[in-house]
Amino acid sequence: MSRYQTFSRGGIRPPDAKYSTSKIGIKTCPLPDVAIVPFLQHIGTQARPTVKLNDRVNEGQLIGEPSSLISAAIHSPVAGIVSEFRSIFLPMGIKTDAAVIKRDRNIHSPIKHEENHDWQSLEIEELLEILKWKGVVGQGGATFPSHIKFSIPKGHDCEVFLINACECEPYLSADHRLILESTEQIMEGIKIVQKLLNPKRVVIGIEANKQDAIEMLTAAGTAREVEVVHLKAKYPQGAEKNLIEAILGYEVPSGKLPLEVGVINSNVGTLFSVYEALVRNKPVVERVLTVAGGAIAHPANVRARVGSPVSSLIEECDGFREEPVKLVMGGPMMGFAFNNLDTPVIKGTSGILALTGNEVNTSATTPCISCGRCVGVCPMGLSPTTIFKQIEHERFDEATKYGLEDCVLCGACSYVCPAHIPLVSAFRAGRGRKRRLAARRKK
Amino acid sequence: MENLLQVLYAFISTSVFAIFLGAGLAVASRKLKVKSDEKVETLISVLPGLNCGVCSYSSCESYARAMASKTETDVSRCSPGGYDTQNALAKLLDVENGENSSRMIARLACLGDNKAAKREFTYLGYPDCESAHIQFHGDKGCKYGCLGLGSCVKSCPVDAIRYTGTGLVKVNPELCIGCEICVAVCPTGVMVMIPKDAKWFVACKSKDSPKLTKNLCRTGCIGCRICERKFLNSGFVVSDNLSMLSYNDADEEDQRAASAACPPKCIINL
Repeated sequence: MSRYQTFSRGGIRPPDAKYSTSKIGIKTCPLPDVAIVPFLQHIGTQARPTVKLNDRVNEGQLIGEPSSLISAAIHSPVAGIVSEFRSIFLPMGIKTDAAVIKRDRNIHSPIKHEENHDWQSLEIEELLEILKWKGVVGQGGATFPSHIKFSIPKGHDCEVFLINACECEPYLSADHRLILESTEQIMEGIKIVQKLLNPKRVVIGIEANKQDAIEMLTAAGTAREVEVVHLKAKYPQGAEKNLIEAILGYEVPSGKLPLEVGVINSNVGTLFSVYEALVRNKPVVERVLTVAGGAIAHPANVRARVGSPVSSLIEECDGFREEPVKLVMGGPMMGFAFNNLDTPVIKGTSGILALTGNEVNTSATTPCISCGRCVGVCPMGLSPTTIFKQIEHERFDEATKYGLEDCVLCGACSYVCPAHIPLVSAFRAGRGRKRRLAARRKK
Repeated sequence: MENLLQVLYAFISTSVFAIFLGAGLAVASRKLKVKSDEKVETLISVLPGLNCGVCSYSSCESYARAMASKTETDVSRCSPGGYDTQNALAKLLDVENGENSSRMIARLACLGDNKAAKREFTYLGYPDCESAHIQFHGDKGCKYGCLGLGSCVKSCPVDAIRYTGTGLVKVNPELCIGCEICVAVCPTGVMVMIPKDAKWFVACKSKDSPKLTKNLCRTGCIGCRICERKFLNSGFVVSDNLSMLSYNDADEEDQRAASAACPPKCIINL
């Protein structure tokens, strides 16, 4: 067989659509005049605000502290004044409080980050503490606080540290560009995490459609004993359970974390912010994301501050070429639609897509014809059609038996469905309804 | 002749076999009889038999068993049965019957149909309130209102809820058994339980500021306090920009007048 590995079950090959952005260097967005900084940009509980109304804040100043075990710190992306606290909705369905920070134009020079910290002399606990207070979270989209992810509970061992450089979602090429432009920084980030986890192996999984990045990583990785595994381009390779199966060949049991099989995954973007936090002493206040889609005049990857309104990023890419039919935050497969251009960029935003009518499926839903295509593409080996029919008939216990909770919401089934059934949307509804009914029973 | 004999043999052998099996069944039904608890049987006959789960038991039978074995002493748990069932259960079990609580039914506290309420965007996903609620808590500007996609319609065990065709749903009070499943599944919490004999009802849940409510919906309660201040005996109390009706002490004439005076007309006659 070829040297390209991939996961065994299902998967799809949607059109790549990355060419428009992957060849162009990362642009840096100007600082936003008004930054809307949500206090909940991560999985867990909302950060507790540490600033009051009309407070003057500096760039990178802590404005929200972790409020519980699973929570992350939030920092101000710009220097200015906290002008308002408001409650906003994020596209991923989260309602959160946010601080509106008006930038003070008189402060021109941002704080210099030329420092080079000596992280090697620090203890593991100290490193984790720094990660916690710099607000580092997973940047693959799930935004799980890194200081918890990189502290291994007792009784577990990290055999393999797996780095996800797949970026299997169409359109997105932010991780790709980040690898090309900051290989050394990412390698340094790997070294830091290596110290935290002490794994036996470090493996980078990358898809074959990023040949230039593969070369860079292989060149940098050989000296440091970092393996680079080439994977066949297939969606959803980046889903952690699929990535583990594709590279290591074993499966994570249903409902368990990858640590159960001795694996910890991380995204390359996260490693970059680990580097920035520990070496550059810089909190997570900016990230690289893709602005693309048929409606964008000049799609590109941009380095934008957290809290910048989406409209400012689109302006940076020379505005709209035509009126978009749908705006999506994240990738086209798993991202969330939104309608308000004032929506802020958050730590987990991997892309902003403005899609035209040609790129969006607007066909009407027709009844399921039981063709089984969704069964063929499901990466978790489930039968989406069966689960869907159980949900349609309000039988949530049966739907759970068929694996409702194992679904990773990748959207492969909805993508291939000839009847245009929004299967993933239905599974979300099913999970929510099931939870509500269970809560009622408990009462 | 031979053929006829064959038929006869077949007939006789089958009949003998059948009689033998029948006898076996007759013996088995006597010998292996499961003793049924008569008390449980009578209790089950009183219960409505909907297995709706309001009593927090999985079925009417398990509720009856719990009562028969004295692990459950509360006879008022069956909401679909109402006070008839409650009285009958109390009589059978010979326990103290508490206050006859009035039967509660579900009502939709929203009048914001397609014409009255503003929509922020077009929702294109799976037609279910739960999925729509994930996206900015629904496509309506008002985040307290009915999403009109019918989570409640699908989960109602007695089909008492129907789509109105105008972006809302309607509860049929005659069919509603008060099981509260719709209250549990509604993501915006716009379904409320009120006494079945209530005459007046505030059909709004919006706690937004008056200005915002007025912007978002023609029929939203703006918390103007007219019902509370002008009609002192009507039982309306305004808190958090929302009028609430307490059903205990109420003067019906005052309520009628308050309803007529309500600027957005969100106090409705049932």
